[in-house]
Amino acid sequence: MQTARDLKEYRGELKSALDNEFLRTAMDNFAVAYRASRAKAFAGMDVDGLVRDIAMAKDQAMARMDELLAEFTKNAEALGITVHVAGTGQEANEIIGRIAQNANCKRIVKSKSMTAEETLLNHHLEDLGLTVTETDLGEWIIQLRHEGPTHMVMPAIHLSRFQVADLFSDVTGTKQEGDIQKLVKVARRELRAKYAQADMGISGGNFAIAETGTIAICTNEGNGRLVTTLPRVHVALVGLDKLTPTITDALRVLKALPRNATGQAITSYVSWMTGPSECKAAPNGTKEMHVVFLDNGRRKLAKDPVFSQVLRCVRCGACANVCPVYRLVGGHQYGHIYIGAIGLILTYFYHGREKAKNLVQNCINCGACKAVCVGGIDLPRLIKEVHARIQDEEGHPLQSSLLGMVLKNRKMFHTLLRSARAVQKPVTGGTPYLRHLPMLFARGQEFRALPAIAEKAFRDQFEAIRPKTVNPKYRVALFSGCVQDFVYPEQAVAAVKILAKYNVAVDYPQDQSCCGLPVQMMGERESSRSVAEQNVAALDPAKYDYILTLCASCASHLKHGYPEILGPDSKADSRLAAKVRQFADKVIDFSSFVRDVLKVEASEFRVDGRKATYHAPCHLCRGLGVTEAPRALIGLGGLEYLPAEEEDVCCGFGGTYSMKFPEVSAELLKKKLANVEKTGAELLLTDCPGCIMQLRGGLEAKGSAMEVRHLAEALAERLK
Amino acid sequence: MSENTRLADMMAEKAGLVSAIVARIKTLDEAFAYTLDVCDKKEACQLLPSGCESDLSAEAGALCETKLGKIIAAPGLSADQTRAFGEACTKAGVEFLTEGMRSHLAGIDIGFTIAEAAIAETGTFVLDSRSEELRLATMICEVHVCVVPVSTIRETSFEVEDYLRQLAKDGPSYVAFITGASRTADIERVLAIGVHGPLELHILLLED
Ligand code: SF4
Ligand code: SF4
Repeated sequence: MQTARDLKEYRGELKSALDNEFLRTAMDNFAVAYRASRAKAFAGMDVDGLVRDIAMAKDQAMARMDELLAEFTKNAEALGITVHVAGTGQEANEIIGRIAQNANCKRIVKSKSMTAEETLLNHHLEDLGLTVTETDLGEWIIQLRHEGPTHMVMPAIHLSRFQVADLFSDVTGTKQEGDIQKLVKVARRELRAKYAQADMGISGGNFAIAETGTIAICTNEGNGRLVTTLPRVHVALVGLDKLTPTITDALRVLKALPRNATGQAITSYVSWMTGPSECKAAPNGTKEMHVVFLDNGRRKLAKDPVFSQVLRCVRCGACANVCPVYRLVGGHQYGHIYIGAIGLILTYFYHGREKAKNLVQNCINCGACKAVCVGGIDLPRLIKEVHARIQDEEGHPLQSSLLGMVLKNRKMFHTLLRSARAVQKPVTGGTPYLRHLPMLFARGQEFRALPAIAEKAFRDQFEAIRPKTVNPKYRVALFSGCVQDFVYPEQAVAAVKILAKYNVAVDYPQDQSCCGLPVQMMGERESSRSVAEQNVAALDPAKYDYILTLCASCASHLKHGYPEILGPDSKADSRLAAKVRQFADKVIDFSSFVRDVLKVEASEFRVDGRKATYHAPCHLCRGLGVTEAPRALIGLGGLEYLPAEEEDVCCGFGGTYSMKFPEVSAELLKKKLANVEKTGAELLLTDCPGCIMQLRGGLEAKGSAMEVRHLAEALAERLK
Repeated sequence: MSENTRLADMMAEKAGLVSAIVARIKTLDEAFAYTLDVCDKKEACQLLPSGCESDLSAEAGALCETKLGKIIAAPGLSADQTRAFGEACTKAGVEFLTEGMRSHLAGIDIGFTIAEAAIAETGTFVLDSRSEELRLATMICEVHVCVVPVSTIRETSFEVEDYLRQLAKDGPSYVAFITGASRTADIERVLAIGVHGPLELHILLLED
């Protein structure tokens, strides 16, 4: 749960989570194991196709939410179920409280329901004097600890066996040891007694199937089966987003949900409940059954053109499992009630701006969540969108609007960068690094050396090195991005050298500016849009075969971000939208261009047999789906490639993120460097100047001899 | 290889992956004998770590004490099957139940069922669970033995969809997909079997 009042308090919470050794180890092990078991579970399946089908079916269903509700209600009522619809969480709690009181129920057993967590149902029922026992083992454990879940599927993942043993010692009144198998059996017996006494069972629902009026739930423990069988009253609390048109739709989701959640082909139990079942504890031999649907903003979401896709979520928790930030700080710091990437978004809609405003800034935009989401939800973009909305509602922080203002005006921005070079001398001591940052910027930055502004920007060097071509093979516009332009111009120079050799005509339109990703990340939509427009105007796609960039982040933002910012759904006119489409289609990253378009060959490079390892930039491997080209180029370029562990996990740069959350950034970098150093390579190659800034800075700060190079440099140096 | 054999093999393999114990039988009598054998070899509430030996709160401990002797429950059988299995149990000195599960919530030794269908690709069987006795028997037992007629095995869940729909259209129903024993990984992600339901699952593939 999020109680932090401001970013400072929130950072404090992050700090203590980072210091929690047990949590860190547990989460690390989990992240690594999860990746392997997920891959195994989906092996041989057309995952992309399945995700597309689920997304499409869900979108269609959510567009007719009320129709499905009516159909479900009609069918369910015909079977004898009472259907309720609650506008808010409070209303849902009151309805359930009343059901309990009317049926004279005293003791309640519950199976896991995130929706009940959302409404804080237990508090309400306990205030009414009812006894509530969670029967999912993880939920029971956190209930005993009076805390919220830290994962949607494994709510007690943050606790050790010894903490559980202490809790169970209190429950049983006798000392319990930290033997997991025994502890589970203690829970078995203790909870069996609770079922025996309960007169009401509350479950969630993975599906509310309209065509039949069926509620279906998935559990591994089988507690759902007992909760819906023993007590004489059953209440299912279900979000309106769980309305599913047909059994086919449910089976389709069922194919993906357990695989994505825990790497299981299916959960141990799936119970399909159609109407009140036989119940010998009920006066007439039939259970009293209620379904309570919760709106709490879902109807509004369904109509939101940008956010309706969050209703595709099936609560598998995978977006947390792969999130590098979640892995470091844990669920209590990465969500309010809903956790992980989807939690950052849902918190805003279901629990309000106050709870969401700090959380939503803690996303490094690595795209790992989006890559595994079975609903195909564009989570990172929506997280930024929530951030932007909050800033529009609350007012933009000074830093953020300043940056936005400066970036909108290219000339002012570039003048500022140039004058920064002039004043930085006292802090670089003549080295290529900033040695003594002014206090204002220095907070928490000791973990890496920050580079200085280069002597001469790339834009000022270009005319002198422009390749002279006759009958060029391709016409290419180079988009450098700020970092290569002003900090690492040598990378772009190296690229030009290669292009010249292969008879490519290169242009460097001087009106290009920052790609706009930093302001997009900070929720400055206005200026993000404005720079996008400027760049599309500066690099006229009709004039070039390709728009080439050596920066993975720029490339993915130009290719996928621009059509969203300026595309047909935005306010842009249709001519601009078409031009943006053409622009985006022509954007290509350096590795793909060199390997797939130029088709370079090994014979064209000197072999020096040096050992190199690779860091896969988030925005290249997931943002653009480019994974093979750069790795192939290492070998083609005459180097020996030594793969590192977790090559595609974020290095912690994330642009402005690393200034805002330096502690998290430093930890991500530490892990990354440990993995690359383990390979024994002398060279670390990658294809994003932002990552290079982070990696080189980290190695420099720890005094490592490993060299970091852009792939373009490594290739240019070895070009025959 | 016939389609039935292929599906039966797939079912056996996939169920094995989730630690179900799979055996092949030719008649129901074999299934009864198999079950009695399992029952004979297990020691009620002692051999299997069902929690009885643990220190419990007074309430949970008291519930535990209500169980005496060995019990097999088979609530969903036809009259003939019930008679045959009942006689076999009596002969073996095992108490045989078809109802009254609510007075045995502390646990029974074996729950015996016959599945309606199965899904080979996940090792799942499908149980019509409309009867409360059956639902309880399969949850409070320490060992669940389920007979799966080979002719009812399908490859994917979509092939049992019509069955599900038909049942749902015929009035109130409760259908269960069961795959492996009751499991949890809620403490330190360590797999533990039998947190609420059976500690062991046996699937008997009946060649029919
Ligand atoms: S983009 Fe990366 S950091 Fe952000 S929520 Fe997704 S996985 Fe986490
Ligand atoms: S957002 Fe996607 S990955 Fe995250 S819980 Fe929902 S369905 Fe799973």
